[in-house]
Amino acid sequence: MNSALTEKAVALDVDGMSVDIRTPRGVVRAVDKVTFQARRGETLALLGESGCGKSMTATAVVGLLEPVADVTEGAVRITGDGGTTDLRSASARRRRDIAGKELAIVFQDALTALNRVYTVGTQLAEPFRIHRGMSKKAARKEAIELMRRVGIPEPETRVDSYPHQFSGGMRQRLLIAIGVALSPAVLLADEPTTALDVTVQAQIMSLLKDLREERDMAVVLITHDLALVFEQADRVVVMYAGNVVEQGLVEEVFGAPKHPYTAGLLESVPVHAERGAELRSIGGSPPELAAIPAGCVYQDRCPIARDRCREERPAAREVAPGHLSACHFPDEVNR
Amino acid sequence: MSDAPLLEVRDLTKIFPVRHAGKRKELRALDGVTLDLHRGETLGLVGESGCGKSTLARTLLMLETPDGGSVRFDGVDPTTTRGAELLAFRRRVQMVFQDPFASLNARMSAGDIVSEPWRTHTGLHKTSRERAARVRELLDLVGLRPGDAGKYPQEFSGGQRQRLGIARALALNPDVIVCDEPVSALDLSVQAQVLNLLNDLQQELGVAYLFISHDLSVVRHVADRVVVMYLGRIVEQGETESTFERPQHPYTGALLSAAPSLDHERRREQIILSGEIPSPLNPPSGCRFRTRCWKATDECATALPPLAIDPVDGAHTAECFHPLGAEEQELAAAQVG
Repeated sequence: MNSALTEKAVALDVDGMSVDIRTPRGVVRAVDKVTFQARRGETLALLGESGCGKSMTATAVVGLLEPVADVTEGAVRITGDGGTTDLRSASARRRRDIAGKELAIVFQDALTALNRVYTVGTQLAEPFRIHRGMSKKAARKEAIELMRRVGIPEPETRVDSYPHQFSGGMRQRLLIAIGVALSPAVLLADEPTTALDVTVQAQIMSLLKDLREERDMAVVLITHDLALVFEQADRVVVMYAGNVVEQGLVEEVFGAPKHPYTAGLLESVPVHAERGAELRSIGGSPPELAAIPAGCVYQDRCPIARDRCREERPAAREVAPGHLSACHFPDEVNR
Repeated sequence: MSDAPLLEVRDLTKIFPVRHAGKRKELRALDGVTLDLHRGETLGLVGESGCGKSTLARTLLMLETPDGGSVRFDGVDPTTTRGAELLAFRRRVQMVFQDPFASLNARMSAGDIVSEPWRTHTGLHKTSRERAARVRELLDLVGLRPGDAGKYPQEFSGGQRQRLGIARALALNPDVIVCDEPVSALDLSVQAQVLNLLNDLQQELGVAYLFISHDLSVVRHVADRVVVMYLGRIVEQGETESTFERPQHPYTGALLSAAPSLDHERRREQIILSGEIPSPLNPPSGCRFRTRCWKATDECATALPPLAIDPVDGAHTAECFHPLGAEEQELAAAQVG
């Protein structure tokens, strides 16, 4: 599978991207020189705890940042059927053109993301109307087909219902349907199942996987759930305090983490083998964005931190082919 | 653990009258729930949204009155008590809430939050000096600094707030704490700290937990016994390991299989249920799970299923006509090694 993955084309290339937020107390950096790539046909997970910058990264990629936040450096390139687009320098017209067609996002809260005053049929038909210039009738037919594809029963009658008439799981299916309508090269999924029950989560993840394979999309799964990453993703990018601290193939990163934060996270998960035993937790809490220390971002909670970590920010280095760690002492990490 | 359970729940039923599409209907939130909670143990309660977990918790806290069946706490039915006797019962059963941001009053200091229960339960800690000393003790017990008593909730992190909520629950020296998703709002690294704290407190104080959670790996870690609910009924219950290793009810099997876990093999076959939980206003006849069950037969629609006892160690029971076989149990558990 390794070689198969590297042969696939890079669909999303985030290259040294930073996002700054203007606050009354000054500018804070929410995302700091983040670099990763997602290839077609793979699921890449952006993993981290609340406030680590994973959602901000996704929002910046799709260009939906709040007015107080800006991408201040780096590049974001999307490669779809229509060639490569640098999103930071692209014209508004070009951005509109690739929205949905080459790049789409599925949000966590489906009721907020859907427009509650339009029928779902109207909303599902929109991509076909706008990008393919279809007639109302033809787009409606496509919408019904799409509803059938994502597993909504009786699509012919449900097409005229409103979002609130669907259950949480069905609404998430509708959002996914809109996201994949035009078979984009890159589909970002921001905590797509966090609000759902586990049996429904399993249905949705299975649907996402089938669609990814069928449409050869790069799926970027943004989540805080280690176990979900473990089971669903091919590669993982671990974020902490706005920085990527480790990335690589899931089996390598989870099997032999090379950053103390990843190792600490993995140890915090209750596993069956050590039932009732003391869980090894990470002491303290992540730093405030306005008070991120010089040197390594993880130094305050790190069990192996020393002087060098307080002085010098570790750069991401390759510890094995395709496995990067931003730690000065990756070989001392063990779980 | 003494033999007589601390809390005995028998055939508990709770019905909410609702109006649906202009008609009066009954919503049976709990339909014949039977369980025991022993001193000093942790009973895990799992199930998906709308299954009745929270109604069960609220009924045990005497925030709802049951419409059928009985609850006995230390041999006494709290629904028959009034006044001082009822207050004494309430002292012994306390609660830790899910959301550490919504469940603490932002206008009260940590010290006031922890000591507030004593304003109702006036028998405890009568002098202000005694109260202040006990507040410091409680803060220390949950891993906060005694000097934090003057701080306000917003000055604490999520994990520290949850510790504060735990200190408040402990202020009345309860025998039972109902923990409603106590760690699901917390980040993973902090979640482990709070789970460790709950475990330490139980060792030290002998308090029993009713631990409600949707996270099966957390429940498996903390619970001695587990109860699985579906649409107001307990479909399976028993010792945690026995239940999770050999789930008999197809719903338990599907839950275990669907829940992502680092214990699973990475690429595994999953049991994926079709459909979603039906409306409790209109539950299926017979076995309530039959509409999503891949093993359902005509029989399941006509009668309540019998209790199936685990044939290996007899340590858990399921309400099912067609309990899972060994092969399906393996698929559900899908453990590594």
